Amino acid sequence: MANKQLVKVKINGRSCEAAVEPRTLLVHFIRESLALTGTHIGCDTSNCGACTVMMNGKTVKSCTVFAVQADGAEITTVEGLIKDGQLHPLQEGFKQEHGLQCGFCTPGMLMSSLALLKKNPNPSEEEIRWGISGNLCRCTGYQNIVKAVQYAAKKMSAAQGGSK
Amino acid sequence: MIPPAFEYLRPKTVPEAVALLQQHGDDAKILSGGQSLIPMMKLRLARPGYLVDINAISGLSYIKEEGGFLKIGGLTRESELEASSLVKSKYPLLMDTAAVIADPQVRNMATVGGNLAHGDPANDHPATMIALGAQIVATGAKGERVIPIENFFKSLFETDLKHDEILTEIRVPIPAPKSGGSYVKLERKVGDFATAAAAVQLTLDGGGAVQKIGIGLTNVGATPIKARKAEEFLKGKKPDAAAIAQAGQLASDEAQPSSDLRGPAEYKKGLVKELTKRALTRALERAGK
Repeated sequence: MANKQLVKVKINGRSCEAAVEPRTLLVHFIRESLALTGTHIGCDTSNCGACTVMMNGKTVKSCTVFAVQADGAEITTVEGLIKDGQLHPLQEGFKQEHGLQCGFCTPGMLMSSLALLKKNPNPSEEEIRWGISGNLCRCTGYQNIVKAVQYAAKKMSAAQGGSK
Repeated sequence: MIPPAFEYLRPKTVPEAVALLQQHGDDAKILSGGQSLIPMMKLRLARPGYLVDINAISGLSYIKEEGGFLKIGGLTRESELEASSLVKSKYPLLMDTAAVIADPQVRNMATVGGNLAHGDPANDHPATMIALGAQIVATGAKGERVIPIENFFKSLFETDLKHDEILTEIRVPIPAPKSGGSYVKLERKVGDFATAAAAVQLTLDGGGAVQKIGIGLTNVGATPIKARKAEEFLKGKKPDAAAIAQAGQLASDEAQPSSDLRGPAEYKKGLVKELTKRALTRALERAGK
């Protein structure tokens, strides 16, 4: 019934557009219109954080944002982490430290961890736990997720130091 | 869950937004951060025919001191409050509150104005703004109107805002020297509403007695509660342990909680007493008594 509206975004560096109903949620736009299925739908009630993406540099729960609100925005999803076939240090950390079991929460965990490390490159354990407090994991008990973020923090600050 | 269909409107100015609200009447809702409205639409608890998205209006997002007030723009996000060095240095009660609202992702979208305009007594800023003695600036067709916070909350999900008014600014009086504040919230997990919470803002006089005090309570009534008896009791007194305990008891007497999944009413009454005591104690420490 409602008219479709054109939504243009720059997602993982690529310009994309699709016409959607205003009630279309950003997560459905990303998964269905743009065919990027790395972003997961978990609780669909803005609790679990599986749908976390970056919108204009800030993490949001894409199940609680309308796609039309993202018109003109820059979006990063989990697919945007890998660079030239190289895993992002966070992805590598989750792999090395066994930061996942079933992996359902992982895309959201990665995006929240990325936002945390951008703001605070050397977080304490408590700060990591606060940083991922909007993301639920039902497998790991969070221990290895914290270790994975610490792994990435170490690797990223070493890389920064090395490039100077 | 996909919300019911609606027509999406994106005005660029406040007058344009007000005109749209007038045109569509009760069938229109303002979309600010959307972190309460969108979940309610998914559950069909809200079915607006028109959403007036105010996010494209420029000049509504700021935190600044001016004319004796801390002014918070209607579109200021919770995460901006959290990151503000001004708020951090002078408004510990606001900082405490911003840090415990929902979770980091929600705070990136959610606005302080929306937290108030939603009229939910379970939200955190209402009690905080009551304690701070804030003012709400509402803009409608006839211009601006200033509403004292104690007249703002009318009943469950109902505020003094008319359907064609937009909450454009929150004004918090700049605290005098020897002031302190604190927000103490008990929640079952990050992201949950408060089982109960207490907000305290106070100013001490030269002799260490309470000169000015505001106490607000979260989620223990149909509206956020101003604990007037506890405030009156403390005014002019030196807040020793006995006075703090008595104030906690008075606040507890003023709370009107209902029993729900977060606990029985009696438990919440006990909780209000303890949380008020803790908030008072921390506010006093911060006032440097």
